[in-house]
Amino acid sequence: MHYALCAHMSLALLIDFGSTFTKILAVDLAAEEILAYAQSCTTVETDIMVGLRKALDLLPSHLKNAAYECRISSSSAAGGLGMVTIGLIPELSAEAGRRAALGAGAKVVKVYSFRLATREMEELESLNPDILLLAGGTDGGNSEVILDNARMLSRSGVRCPILIAGNKSAADEVQAILSAAGKITLLTDNVMPEVNVLNVEPARAMIRKVFIERIIEAKGLKKAEEFVEGILMPTPTAVLRAAQLLSQGTGSEKGLGDLVIVDIGGATTDVHSFGMGNSVQPGVVRKGLPEPLAKRTVEGDLGIRYNAGTILKLCGQDRILENARLSHPDLAQKLGRLSQCVETIPESSEDQDLDFALAACAARAAMERHAGSIETLWGPHGQYYIQHGKDLTAVETLIGTGGIFIHHPQAGALLEKTLFSPGEPFSLRPKSPSLYTDARYCLFAVGLLADRYPEIAFRIGRKYLKEWNE
Amino acid sequence: MKDKIKTVVLGVLGVDAHVVGNKIMAHALEAGGFKVVNIGTFSSQQDFIRATIEAAAHAILVGSLCGHGEMECRGFRENCVEAGIGEIHLVIGGNLVVGRQKWEEVEKRFLQMGFNRAYPPGVSPKQVIEDLKKDLANKKDA
Repeated sequence: MHYALCAHMSLALLIDFGSTFTKILAVDLAAEEILAYAQSCTTVETDIMVGLRKALDLLPSHLKNAAYECRISSSSAAGGLGMVTIGLIPELSAEAGRRAALGAGAKVVKVYSFRLATREMEELESLNPDILLLAGGTDGGNSEVILDNARMLSRSGVRCPILIAGNKSAADEVQAILSAAGKITLLTDNVMPEVNVLNVEPARAMIRKVFIERIIEAKGLKKAEEFVEGILMPTPTAVLRAAQLLSQGTGSEKGLGDLVIVDIGGATTDVHSFGMGNSVQPGVVRKGLPEPLAKRTVEGDLGIRYNAGTILKLCGQDRILENARLSHPDLAQKLGRLSQCVETIPESSEDQDLDFALAACAARAAMERHAGSIETLWGPHGQYYIQHGKDLTAVETLIGTGGIFIHHPQAGALLEKTLFSPGEPFSLRPKSPSLYTDARYCLFAVGLLADRYPEIAFRIGRKYLKEWNE
Repeated sequence: MKDKIKTVVLGVLGVDAHVVGNKIMAHALEAGGFKVVNIGTFSSQQDFIRATIEAAAHAILVGSLCGHGEMECRGFRENCVEAGIGEIHLVIGGNLVVGRQKWEEVEKRFLQMGFNRAYPPGVSPKQVIEDLKKDLANKKDA
């Protein structure tokens, strides 16, 4: 539902309860300007309002108690939205479930396939997810496995809501089995109603509904509703929503075309892409489960603080130093210290150089994992090209977000590290997009405003993107 | 009592872009009352098997038109057994071998590999469908 602005009230307060920082953006909707930004440590473990009030106190005095048209927020606090998904075939329904969860802004802690083993059920109980997505079987297809998994779950100690998103012909019986055991269940459409047909939007919408109705309270975030109208969505959903708005535009604003957002954080490096990802070359055959229009991948081993040591193991010392200007003779020790002091902010030029090198490796690896790939096969009638995943080579816009893109003086060069390389032609990374950074850390705010004020949200997002093209 | 609709997985095996026959067979099977899961061209054995399990299909129909079928079909039945669908009805048709060879010998080799039926190029979809209905009706769990 789109909202109309009142003439005398045009301020919005957008809040993100992040895993580390609570961030606030005060925006003048009529003037389409960001008026102020403030942040303070998130205090969800004690009282979420403490951190929020500290951040509010940092706003200019005239904005602290201003009359706001809306106060809305997103959240990735208290570990974000942790999900486990269960499907049948790993490459099919299990993968479809995983994509539905990722696209809903969740952190997918584990994916199970086939009939659950006893040890897997024990592991699932110990993971204690916020939501469990149970899929498996096309509509009218395999029902034995989803029913068997439902019986195992009914006898387990799993307490979280279970979203049933599998074979519709078995769904009612699955729900009956789980409900009889006192489990909280919700029904939605099959995430893979037919082989190689992805249908994740109904599951995403249901996950968001559960997040708002249940998870917020469970994580101690409900108290924030004393001040905000509501925590509308997980933070990654807000970013994905911003990606969609900026890509597609609105009725009166032309969008930026297919785009990719790279979000480098301390714990993960996430990539969001919006676009069909069709091949730009003629005659290419696409194989595999289709990719969602709005795709999100989360690389839990590529955060530049928590995983500084892992990045060294994955990429190697040589690759990290190739991206650095300084020699860093004690590289391993420095990275070890970074992974233990995760709130480190680079101060010296040496620190900044190391951060750049780490981020370059992390971003490049994350983009490679997110982008599709192409392989050449030789058959009796000649050469064929098979594409797996999205072809991002023709993406028009690439945006970097996250602290390093906002503060590092060479953020543009960092984005260039993620681009297509002639030495690796099989990896379908973007070739020549326009480069931008989220200079005012406002992508989450654009996503929050997108449903109510799409035109304004689009123009604010567009206005505050910092361009890095020559 | 109305017979339950049977589901078949159809595709073209291996490095093979021949798609016209695949589409014709898909239309014919649907018209013949089957639910068709068409996995298309450039399909591997595992693509067929995964789709069969997910869709609880009753039969796998493999198209092979590049002449390399004998090589690409090796281990197909064994892979089905490993995946828990060892009793699946397995059918193959197309240009299965290179060069001129006696069809009876070609057919024998594919049946020995574990296929339930093998068809030469030019077989009519009507024949395939008639045989399929008869074979599935005869199967214990069909």
